[in-house]
Amino acid sequence: MANVTLRNVRKTYPGGFEAIKGIDVDVGDGQFCVLVGPSGCGKSTLLRMVAGLETVTGGEIDIGGRVVNQIEPADRDIAMVFQNYALYPHMSVYNNMAYGLRNRGMAEAEIKTRVGEAARVLELSAMLERKPRQLSGGQRQRVAMGRAIVRQPKVFLFDEPLSNLDAKLRIAMRVEIRRLQRRLNTTSIYVTHDQLEAMTLADILVVMNGGQVEQVGNPLAIYQKPATTFVASFIGAPPMNLMSTRPDEIKSQLGGSAGEAGILGIRPEDFVITDQTPAGGVALPLTVEAIERVGAETFVYGSRAQEDQRVAATPGELPPGEVIVRLPGTEAPAIGQQIRVAAVRQKLHLFSGDGRKRLEA
Amino acid sequence: MVEEEGFRRYVAHIILWIGIAIVAFPVYIAIVASTQDNALIANGQMSLLPGGHFFKTYYQTIFIGTSGSTREPVGNMMLNSLVMALLIAVGKIAISIISAYAIVYFRFPFRMPIFWLIFITLMLPVEVRIYPTYKIVADLHMLDSYAGLSLPLIASATATLLFRQFFMTVPDELLEASRIDGAGPLRFFWDTLLPLSRTNMAALFVILFILGWNQYLWPLLITTRDDMQTIQIGIRKMITTTDALTEWPIVMATAVLAMLPPVFVVVAMQKLFVRGLVETEK
Repeated sequence: MANVTLRNVRKTYPGGFEAIKGIDVDVGDGQFCVLVGPSGCGKSTLLRMVAGLETVTGGEIDIGGRVVNQIEPADRDIAMVFQNYALYPHMSVYNNMAYGLRNRGMAEAEIKTRVGEAARVLELSAMLERKPRQLSGGQRQRVAMGRAIVRQPKVFLFDEPLSNLDAKLRIAMRVEIRRLQRRLNTTSIYVTHDQLEAMTLADILVVMNGGQVEQVGNPLAIYQKPATTFVASFIGAPPMNLMSTRPDEIKSQLGGSAGEAGILGIRPEDFVITDQTPAGGVALPLTVEAIERVGAETFVYGSRAQEDQRVAATPGELPPGEVIVRLPGTEAPAIGQQIRVAAVRQKLHLFSGDGRKRLEA
Repeated sequence: MVEEEGFRRYVAHIILWIGIAIVAFPVYIAIVASTQDNALIANGQMSLLPGGHFFKTYYQTIFIGTSGSTREPVGNMMLNSLVMALLIAVGKIAISIISAYAIVYFRFPFRMPIFWLIFITLMLPVEVRIYPTYKIVADLHMLDSYAGLSLPLIASATATLLFRQFFMTVPDELLEASRIDGAGPLRFFWDTLLPLSRTNMAALFVILFILGWNQYLWPLLITTRDDMQTIQIGIRKMITTTDALTEWPIVMATAVLAMLPPVFVVVAMQKLFVRGLVETEK
C-alpha cells in the first residue's frame, strides 16, 4: 500500500524530443488512477517511467515515500501488466506467475500458496500447466494479471491491458479489474486511450495531451466541468459540440466576464428538440444530415442553417458547422428535415478563444 | 494441394520416381560396391546386386583401413571428423548466441562498428583468408590438433546474424517483464532467451554440423599426421594410389560411412530443424 507522487516529472529523449513536459500527479493510497489521452500524448511513457523502464530526466517519482528515480524496476515494488501480456511463451501458466517470486528467493511452498490463490481468484486453477499459446486472449490477460497479483506489490501498473481483447471481453475484464483492485486495495495506475474505460475505472482521472496534464480530477467532475476544449472533446462520446462565439454574445447572452471571442461547448446529450429558447440558453436550427440509431438512443448529425454561420469552425472534432445531437431511441427525425434544438443555461460550457481556459459563468 | 485425376497423376509420379532414381542410384552403387570383391570391380565386372563381402569390407574399413594409401582405420577418421564437426557446430552456436545477445540487448561504445566488423567477416570465408589463418594457427602451435581444425571455422558471422535477427523479433516487453520480475541480464538470457532460441539452435546445429563434417580444404592444409586426418581427406587419399590397385570396396564403404552421421543428424533433428526455419514461436 502506497501513495505515488509525481513531482514535475520530465522526460527528454537524447534527440531533444520532450515527451513529458513536467507532470505533477498525486495518487493516494489504494486509489485507481487512469492516465488517458490520444496516442503519442506520453501516457505510456509516463507509466514506464513509474515502472523504471524509462529513465527520468527531470523531477521526482515517489512511491510510498521513497524517491525511486534511480531504483531498478525489480526493486520498486511494482507489478506491471503489459498490452501484449508479455507472458513467457515457453513457461507454463504456473511458472509464469511463479517466476518473479522465485527470482526473489521465495520459498517454493509460499510460491505455491500465492499462485494457487491468484489462480483461484482469476479462475485459472484448471490451466496452470498449460502454455500461454494454448490459452485464449482473455485467459492470457488473466495470467498477466495473476503474475502481477502474486507479487503483492505496492503499486499495479497497467499499460492498455485490454486493447487486445474483443469488445465484449473488454467490458467483462474491465469490470473484473475494477473489482479485483477494490478487493486488493492496491494503488493502481492505468493507461488507456479509451475514454469509456477511463471514466468507468478511475478514482482519479488524468487527461493528458502533448506530454502535459490537461486536467486531473474525479472523472465525473471532469465530464461536468472540462477545463479545456481538449478535455471537453476527449471525454464523453460522442464528443462535445464546440462552436466559436462573438465577444458580445458571451457578454450579453451568456453573461461571461471576458470581452473576447470564446468557444461555446454543448454536449450532444444536453440538447432537446423544442421550439422555445430557454432563458440564458442556446437554440440552434439544424438541417438533419445523417442519423445513427443504436436502439436506446439516436444520434443526429445536423448542419446549422446558413444564416447561422456566425457559429463557425471550432477546435473540436466535428467538421465545421456540424452538430451532433443525442435523442432518445424513440425519436428519429428524417434526413433533410429542419429541426430546432436547444440547451439550457446550466448545460453550456464556455471556454476562452484558444480553448485553454474554462470561463466560469 | 489439388488432387490430380488418373493419367496426369501417374505422369507426375513417374517423373518423381525418375528423379528419385537419379539421386539414389549413385548411393546404391556405393553400397553395392562396398560389398563386392575388389578384383571384380577392377575388372569392370561389378554386379548391380550386393556381393557377399559386406562384413569383411566394413570390418576392414572401420578398424584397419586401406593397406597402402591412408594407413589409418576409417573409424578413427570418423572420430576426428565427428569431433571437428561437433566443435564447430557447438562452438559457433555458443559464441554467436552470446555475441548476438550483446549486440541486440546492450548499449556499449562502438556497438554498431563491432556489429559491422562481425558482419564483414561474412565476406571472408576460410578459403579467402586461408594464408593468414594458417599462419596464425601455425604460430599458435595448433597444427594437427582439434583446436586448429575447429577454431578458425568457429569464427564467422552467419550464426551471429541469424540470432541477432531472431532476438530482434522477441518482443521488448519480455525483457521488461523480466526486469520487473527481478531477472538480471544473465537470468533473462538463460531463462527466457535460450529456451526461445531452441528451434533456431537446432536448425543451426544441423547446418553447421554438416558444414563442419564436409570440410575439406582446411583439414587438408593443417593436418599432416595420419591419426588426425578427417574422413573427407581419407576418401580422397584412398582413391589416388600411385602403384597399387585402388581398393574400391573400402573407398565405397568409407563413402557410405561418411554419409551416415549427417543423415543421422538430419533425421534426428528434422522436426526441430523445420520448425526453426519456418516458425516464429513467440
